[in-house]
Amino acid sequence: MTTATASHDDHHGPEKGLMRWVKTTNHKDIGSLYLWFAFTMLLVGGAFAMGIRAELLQPGMQLMEPQFFNQLTTMHGLIMVFGAIMPAFVGLGNWLIPMMIGAPDMALPRMNNWSFWILPFAGAILLSTFFMEGGAPAFGWTFYAPLSTTFAPDSTDFFIFAVHLLGFSSIMGAINIIATVLNMRAPEMKLMDMPLFVWTWLITSFLLIGAMPVLAGAVTMMLTDRNFGTAFFDATGGGDPVLFQHIFWFFGHPEVYIMILPAFGVVSHIIPTFARKPLFGYSSMVYATASIAFLSYIVWAHHMFLTGMPVAAELYFMYATMLIAVPTGVKVFNWIATMWRGSMTFETPMLWAVSFVFLFTIGGFSGLMLGIVPADIQYHDTYFVVAHFHYVLVTGALWAIIAATFYWLPKWTGRMYNETLGKVHFWWAVISVNVLFFPQHFLGLAGMPRRIPDYSLQFADFNLISSLGGFAFGASFILLTYIVIDCVRNGKPCGSRPWESAKGLEWTLEPKAQYHSFNTPPSRALIEAESQNS
Amino acid sequence: MERKEITKGFWIKLVSAPILMFAFAFAMVPIYDIFCEITGFNGRTGRVDSEQQYVVDENRKVEVSFFAMTMGGFPVQFGPKVSSMEVIPGKFYTTSYIAKNNTDKTVFGQAIPSVAPTDAALYFKKLECFCFNRQAFKPHEEVEMTLRFVVEPELDKRIEDISLSYNFFELDS
Repeated sequence: MTTATASHDDHHGPEKGLMRWVKTTNHKDIGSLYLWFAFTMLLVGGAFAMGIRAELLQPGMQLMEPQFFNQLTTMHGLIMVFGAIMPAFVGLGNWLIPMMIGAPDMALPRMNNWSFWILPFAGAILLSTFFMEGGAPAFGWTFYAPLSTTFAPDSTDFFIFAVHLLGFSSIMGAINIIATVLNMRAPEMKLMDMPLFVWTWLITSFLLIGAMPVLAGAVTMMLTDRNFGTAFFDATGGGDPVLFQHIFWFFGHPEVYIMILPAFGVVSHIIPTFARKPLFGYSSMVYATASIAFLSYIVWAHHMFLTGMPVAAELYFMYATMLIAVPTGVKVFNWIATMWRGSMTFETPMLWAVSFVFLFTIGGFSGLMLGIVPADIQYHDTYFVVAHFHYVLVTGALWAIIAATFYWLPKWTGRMYNETLGKVHFWWAVISVNVLFFPQHFLGLAGMPRRIPDYSLQFADFNLISSLGGFAFGASFILLTYIVIDCVRNGKPCGSRPWESAKGLEWTLEPKAQYHSFNTPPSRALIEAESQNS
Repeated sequence: MERKEITKGFWIKLVSAPILMFAFAFAMVPIYDIFCEITGFNGRTGRVDSEQQYVVDENRKVEVSFFAMTMGGFPVQFGPKVSSMEVIPGKFYTTSYIAKNNTDKTVFGQAIPSVAPTDAALYFKKLECFCFNRQAFKPHEEVEMTLRFVVEPELDKRIEDISLSYNFFELDS
């Protein structure tokens, strides 16, 4: 009976028309929805960034009111974190995890549909605040109280609701991934046979269900402080605004690893493929990822060194922060050791992956500098911080997402993208992104504060360079859009394993992965042949 | 081999984890309160209920400076009577803050203390303080509000200056 239903499913293609996408429970459809949504949000958040850089092109106030500038920086951060990077990784997870573990679909397909379809509404609510009286939230993406409680516009309540929805979506996505990896895995696949992308996503899911509810708690407290007379963050009622920062960063620090761990997974697939060597130190990669995840929960107050902490607490948070460099270093050394004496070629995904290792490490090092208490007193709230987190989030997380897109696009579409254009786009983006963000280190060291629409004359030159880099980087996404659409429509059909040395169960599927794959689980022999741990 | 079923227990674990973490966010409020009280974190000052006897080293001196601030257009003038005092750790001292309501209506306010450096906060204890309660200021009334405190001898020897600052916030009633 079971076999009969299974073979019936085989011929069950996607529904026709628009309702296919609304009603779909297929992990591949939902993965595509997530990726297109994330890409749209990337362009929206990128447009805000263009506005910010245009205002900062010259000293003085040119284009907008300071209040609107603050709205742009706030919404840029929120949209990029919650609308672009996180949904993009969930999209990659949806597409790839079932194929990588030999599962026919996600464990909870209807919840999967729901967790996606919450997102456009949450995004629309968040963006609609621009058109409300008092404007959009303007208190920065970290929404510190009392700026976000006592002194915030009425639209903040819509922002709170949007954050609740985004949190729901992420938590459901995480539950789904845990259930899929632990229950739907091919019965012959042991945990230590799992590809690293699956491992990193599994660990990220635990971070999500640990951290996102804390964020939901923080915004709920904001909501009751604003509307129902509580005083969680109000000193007059016995509350404490610094408590907000503790709760926020208890979420916020795991959040940054939520955005980077899946990126580590992606890079751990691409580098072995194009170095034509097995991944160096598979199990140490798994343990390093788990250690980073654990440490991410106990370092949050390094974002708050200037709030007035006893020296002992500052020392603890400084040392604990430094400790994260150890497992992260293990990963970087493993990637380098994988490339060492490999027969390397530099197809587009590899270019993105190698530049990820280099540029993410720069971001990691500036993070270490910020983790040093006496140094942080100078760097705090300057453009050095902006440069740091853009190196880890743009040339880290976003780089890995683009790398993954080029690497798996042939599997998703059955077609090959235009390699020449891919390389042109890579060099365009990698040069412009450094022109954009590298000078911001110098601006920060010279003392230029973040989140201010105007600046003193001595910062003018570096800001001009940074803005020009920004416009060039922004424009590069027009080419990326073209390359992806061109691949989907006109790409040359490719084989089922377009990268000769690629390992992984997904490459055993048809060139364009079937709508329903792995109705029968893969055999032990196949799993071993495709394992990264060998 | 068959694929595993999702058991009920697994479901319960998966769903209860986020719910517990949501509750944990709220649990952080009292945890933070207790943590601040124990460690003096965030400049939170301590309280004593009676004049305890301490071992006093008469030769040791600590300078305590007093500061005052008001928030968000608080209509009462508020400041310390003396700007600083030299105190011997282990002895109790009394000083006061003066507040004058210049308006025609009664103003309610709450003072929030903070001690710097934060490592001193744990050892700065108050027996009596106007910050323990909400204060009411009658129209055009000038009041002297007393503060009785001790700096405990366990204070780190390297700390020779302590700043105590009060911030007054207006209350509706």
